[in-house]
Amino acid sequence: MTRISIDPITRLEGHGRIDLFLGERGYVDEAYLVIPELRGFEKFLEGRPVEEMPQITSRICGVCPEAHHTAAAKAADAVYNVQIPEAAEVVRRLQYNAFMAGDHATHFYALGGPDFIVGPDAPAAERNIIGVINKVGLELASKVIRMRKEGHEVAEILGGRRIHPVDMVPGGISKPVSAESAARLREIGAYMVDFAQESLAIFDQIVLQDERLKALVLSDAYYNQTSYLALVNDQNQPDAYDGHIRVVDADGHEVVKYHTKDYLDHIAEAVVPWSYLKMPYLKQFGWHGVSDETSRHIMRTGPLGSLNAADGMQTPRAQAEYERFYDTFGGKPVHQTLAFHWARLIEMLQAAELVDRLANDDRLTSTDVRCVPTGTPREGIGCVEAPRGLLTHHYITDENGIVQKANLIVGTTYQYPAIQLSVLTAAKEIVRPGVELTEPMMNQIEMAFRAYDPCFGCATHALPGTSPLEVRTFAKDGELLGGMRRNADGSLERIGGGAR
Amino acid sequence: MSKLRLGMYCAAGCGGCDISLLEIHEHLLDVIAVADIAFWPAATDFKYADIEALPDGDIDVCFVNGAIRNTENTHIAKLLRAKSKVLVAYGACSAFGGVPGLANLYPVREVIDRAFTTPSTDAPTGQRPSASATHSDGSSVGLPAINGTVTSLGDIVAVDYTLPGCPPATDRVWEVIQAIASGQLPGAPAIVGAGSKSVCDDCRLEKKGTRISKFVRSHEIVAEDGRCLLEQGIVCMGPATRSGCGGQCTDALMPCRGCFGPAGDSIDQGAAMVAALGTVIDSEDEAVIRETISQVVDPAGTFYAFTLATSVLGRARTANPEEEVRS
Repeated sequence: MTRISIDPITRLEGHGRIDLFLGERGYVDEAYLVIPELRGFEKFLEGRPVEEMPQITSRICGVCPEAHHTAAAKAADAVYNVQIPEAAEVVRRLQYNAFMAGDHATHFYALGGPDFIVGPDAPAAERNIIGVINKVGLELASKVIRMRKEGHEVAEILGGRRIHPVDMVPGGISKPVSAESAARLREIGAYMVDFAQESLAIFDQIVLQDERLKALVLSDAYYNQTSYLALVNDQNQPDAYDGHIRVVDADGHEVVKYHTKDYLDHIAEAVVPWSYLKMPYLKQFGWHGVSDETSRHIMRTGPLGSLNAADGMQTPRAQAEYERFYDTFGGKPVHQTLAFHWARLIEMLQAAELVDRLANDDRLTSTDVRCVPTGTPREGIGCVEAPRGLLTHHYITDENGIVQKANLIVGTTYQYPAIQLSVLTAAKEIVRPGVELTEPMMNQIEMAFRAYDPCFGCATHALPGTSPLEVRTFAKDGELLGGMRRNADGSLERIGGGAR
Repeated sequence: MSKLRLGMYCAAGCGGCDISLLEIHEHLLDVIAVADIAFWPAATDFKYADIEALPDGDIDVCFVNGAIRNTENTHIAKLLRAKSKVLVAYGACSAFGGVPGLANLYPVREVIDRAFTTPSTDAPTGQRPSASATHSDGSSVGLPAINGTVTSLGDIVAVDYTLPGCPPATDRVWEVIQAIASGQLPGAPAIVGAGSKSVCDDCRLEKKGTRISKFVRSHEIVAEDGRCLLEQGIVCMGPATRSGCGGQCTDALMPCRGCFGPAGDSIDQGAAMVAALGTVIDSEDEAVIRETISQVVDPAGTFYAFTLATSVLGRARTANPEEEVRS
């Protein structure tokens, strides 16, 4: 069997690698997305006070610290069975949605978007944020920088810090919002709505009006029928901060809608020997590995999951885009992996509209933001929809609120089997016997996982440069047959082998 | 003058340090004007072989963030030491082991086992990932093994500068980069991008000399704004923590957790904190002081939230930091 390694794809707290195996006839048989990192948070959270969880678990990810901070705070509320004041919820929701909007903007312009805006087979050296700037103009580029800055400003105003916020405590938030801060938040909210709308207009103009890109989005290389899962409110609209989990199957039928505290009845995680990351699946369908033959146990969450498992959006502009989304694809659910990008912008618009709405909520500056817990701590589960998918924190404490057991399932983990499936599908379509691998082909394999905005595509990508990539082909005996490397400057280089 | 060659590598970290470097926003363009990014894993091509091929000392200044958790981290740390003229421990994990260093409170075997025995894990026959795992064709997957303990970068190789914080403060980062570009770094080894005093010196909350008779946890009271948290009974690491952050957490009325590491010449943040706690307790009786301090829940995790791996406690476990545990 011939092995092809794409190493490193980009990094996930270390780095990840894709190994493809070609069968006798030269077609891709198997794909492995290998994650080599384990930090062991679940163990060392044991013994820590539960009120420290929002800050300790924030250190799981410095790209999406708000997600862990918020999920942990909600789980800690549940541990103490404390209802937070309305005003505290307004602040938390505002903070969370501003984070979602900013994070999605980063992905669209710096990480995933360049493939579309600049083009999937544009010279690699241009397929980055600088290429985006050249294509869309400096004026928009400065708006993107402003969007990122303002997202972090919200984090600083409400969370106390731009990275790793500290404001959420069991029972509410640490400090009320001042009138001056509220005024600034209203400005930011209005800006975010404008920015999100403009981004959707750009997507429309650059991708949807381009027949070739549209064909790419619709191609078999990026199509997988899976189940979908979302955090939704009581009207089945995506709600990143709170709600129930709704699961729909590949036909869009509701499979189950469960309370977040019941996740163990519905979700399990398989262990594979070749990766430190576990593989979650829907329990009722059982674990069947990752293949394109049986995939209903595999769920997709994140923006595409949110839209597919919802009945509509919470806000009017996002709702209009939602309708256009399904009209364009001609039905629901949408199984095209690259539709994640569009769905992400729609989710960004809803988040921006919610920031705008919450910034104008009179309760924002209320000083009633804390409810000191009095209950006996015991067990709590907190769930949010993170930018990269559902996030679950589960703590069991002793009677003093000291964590005895912790369980964390993060967004990229929920998506892991689906990402692997999408890579396999793309590789099967793109790698053909006797056809020499080209750089655009390599990039098109990468696009299959980049659509998910997995944590290994973190925001450091924003620097000029291309994601590193090397593809090597080995013979059965391990001899390097040949390969190609894409350098940081985008140039291509043949490497090694080729002797036979 | 030829351009500076800079590098940034993330070992066992969270990516927050990488983001903090991007937080200098428009200054990034200034950086690129005077420096080439020799590598930054997510931003430039990054192959171990490429780094190995560089002449020793080729990289002028290399930032390393994240703790040393596995054999891959150890390997890269040594490689980068050889290839870099100046090596900077960037952020609390690299400097002190950081939050991942809390894993040293437990035997590494338990740390690995727990990850694969959580209630949602489906591993009926005790399946585990393995550093010796092979693919169906028999080739090695090449998973790195987990080290016996978490260590700081300085435990593995000589470090020239330490830039503390979780993550480092943006303004301080920019100052350090300017110092690098103008050749004005202090003599090594040194702590850069931080103050020489404690967080209390920058904190806006006022100390009135109030003594306390018991400690409370942060969620148990609504802290009064404007007043020192420690004097309200909340354990705040400010007195034992190096300045540099500007007192951001206490400004939000949340206690300092010590991410800038020990203040002044102290090497053990927890020991310094226990001494500081003694001065705020309303008693001269040593037995009473000891009893009051013993009420602090989770002293190890509180006093060493970011520095356990380099503390007296952490070192006691570190018989051989490079001992590997193959699962």
